[in-house]
Amino acid sequence: MMAAPGKGMAGPAGVNTTSFQKKSRSKLVSIPGTRPSVQNGQLIVSTGVTSLDYVIGGGLAVGTLLLVEEDRYDSYSRMLLKYFLAEGVVCGHEVFLASARDHPDEIMQELPSPIVDEVGSVKTKEGQAQQCDQENQDTMTIAWRYQNQPKVQNALASSVRFGHYYDVSKTMEPEVRQAVKCHSFYALQESPTTTESSLLSSPYHALLQSIQSVIRKEGFDGSTPQSKVRNVLRLGLHSLGSPLWGDDLCCTDNPAHCHALTTFLYALRGLLRTSLSVAVVTVPSHLMQNKSVMGQIIRLSDTAIALESFRGSEKETNPLYKDYHGLLHVRQVPRLNCLVCEVPDTKDLAFKLKRKQFTIERLHLPPDLSETVSRVSKIELAGGCGTTATGNKHLDF
Amino acid sequence: MFPELNSILSSSPDSFRSGDFIVLSDRQADASFLIHHYLSFYLRAGCKVCFLGLVQSFSHYSAVSQRLGVSLTQAREKGQLVFLEGLKDSIGVLSQEESSQSKLPLSYLRSPGAGLECLFKFVESSVSQNTENEDGEKWGPPVLLIDDLSVLLTLGVSAGAILDFTLYCQATICSELQGNIGILVRREEEDVEDEGSNLLQKGLIHQCSLALHVEGLPTGYCRDIHGQMEVWWRSREDAMYNQRKVFHYKVHDKGASFFARGTSSALL
Repeated sequence: MMAAPGKGMAGPAGVNTTSFQKKSRSKLVSIPGTRPSVQNGQLIVSTGVTSLDYVIGGGLAVGTLLLVEEDRYDSYSRMLLKYFLAEGVVCGHEVFLASARDHPDEIMQELPSPIVDEVGSVKTKEGQAQQCDQENQDTMTIAWRYQNQPKVQNALASSVRFGHYYDVSKTMEPEVRQAVKCHSFYALQESPTTTESSLLSSPYHALLQSIQSVIRKEGFDGSTPQSKVRNVLRLGLHSLGSPLWGDDLCCTDNPAHCHALTTFLYALRGLLRTSLSVAVVTVPSHLMQNKSVMGQIIRLSDTAIALESFRGSEKETNPLYKDYHGLLHVRQVPRLNCLVCEVPDTKDLAFKLKRKQFTIERLHLPPDLSETVSRVSKIELAGGCGTTATGNKHLDF
Repeated sequence: MFPELNSILSSSPDSFRSGDFIVLSDRQADASFLIHHYLSFYLRAGCKVCFLGLVQSFSHYSAVSQRLGVSLTQAREKGQLVFLEGLKDSIGVLSQEESSQSKLPLSYLRSPGAGLECLFKFVESSVSQNTENEDGEKWGPPVLLIDDLSVLLTLGVSAGAILDFTLYCQATICSELQGNIGILVRREEEDVEDEGSNLLQKGLIHQCSLALHVEGLPTGYCRDIHGQMEVWWRSREDAMYNQRKVFHYKVHDKGASFFARGTSSALL
């Protein structure tokens, strides 16, 4: 039994959560799978995709909400949700999954399997030493002065393992999955209960109560004295706002309960702020008729990204985008406990789902080296100088 | 407190106008750094501050104010600061637990159609309790700061009810008690049809005596200049009635710097 005082955090009388300072920079607990952020000392977890961690400023801060706007066929946003849950399983966090379309057990069975040799090197130090020995066996002949220098690390991966890689062609072994506690909420199984407030339509209200009871029972908010090691709860909420949740936000221009989802997100953020949990919510924004609601939802979350996949659109055949599967837009980055936020380098990001990695990179347009292109551009330039509407006449003076 | 902003607005913790109604608005940018400025400004000036923090936790404001040189926990203990934490108390109100006295101001979460009367009563009671500080003197004029008001729209309260609430607050705090009000409202893009938000914005600008509007640069995204801020002096008694000026700003760790358009240090 691990005693709470050993961790240096809340004492036994932790009912009033004044000593529970989730955002304190010093005296942070060491929970596996988390580390303090290099920017502001916030406790962060990995989203499961290393390049996404880099884009949102190092990782997802514990106590915050990541909003993912789904792509048109919900293929990549669902993949991101699975990466997030798989990362939770591998790090030993507790997992809560709520969905309305597919049963949560089905989603859990589809989790990608972690790439074994990297997981192995986390667990056993001997594995790492063996790798080093193999490298040292090839002595350098030309750059022999650098023989004894440590091997240069890739900029995105730090020496402390944070974030893992997954192989999407294989699913996670059931034994690995069952090693962590998994809670689920399936909207179609809940019987609609009549609540006094007509504001929260029943699926969201039941979901909120389910999340609250899990947090309280397992002690993530510090209310029960922690007799076990502190842990993080990962919440994955799939496709909130879709009609399957009983919400008509995506069906009509003036929905009857247009504030159900926004009130739920507000309360969810309140829950997250007062407990050791982190949530990823996917929302089908392309279905929403009322555009201002999406803006409100983004402002109610902390980090917000949007995925736009090329599949099925005219961009799929565009040669400029042939290396990528879609674009990633960073809509919002949070300012947590400080005035500044992590301003990204560039706003043109594109993603590609490879077997072993979900890469997000700056969108590089390949140089146009064809002759026909330069001729077209000359015509367009000439056509702009006050000629007739048809711009494809050569202007020969 | 941002010294450059103080000089732009010609105010300082020792001498500032009373009866001021300040509206901070933004469109596709984040004006929350201005609310941190006003919080530390009025605490330094020795006023009694009632802060409605509806969108962030107390520790967030506390951490930022620490960098600006003011301690919120001390101010709260001394009685100078009354802080309403919207996020933390919201979950208790929504899950229909026992409605204790302290949860009453957030009753709009359960019945948004009823309006913000309870919230106003909470504000009124906290600014009229004028407790004394350590030296036995009374605190300065009361100040109400709200971050942010537009979240009430997303929770289902009508724009009319919110405007009623601000009118009541203005009558009580600005006119009767000669205090100040600072409100943050956030907005979406111009072309999005959102009647409630437009109504709220126009109503507040009409009531206010000073409006600070924060936006992104019209030319696009830039790392060194985070955006532009428009200052609109609206109060009638001032010599600067109905004057507007635009500044560029950049937010950094311990404050924000404001400069005239085109004079960013990155360019010169």
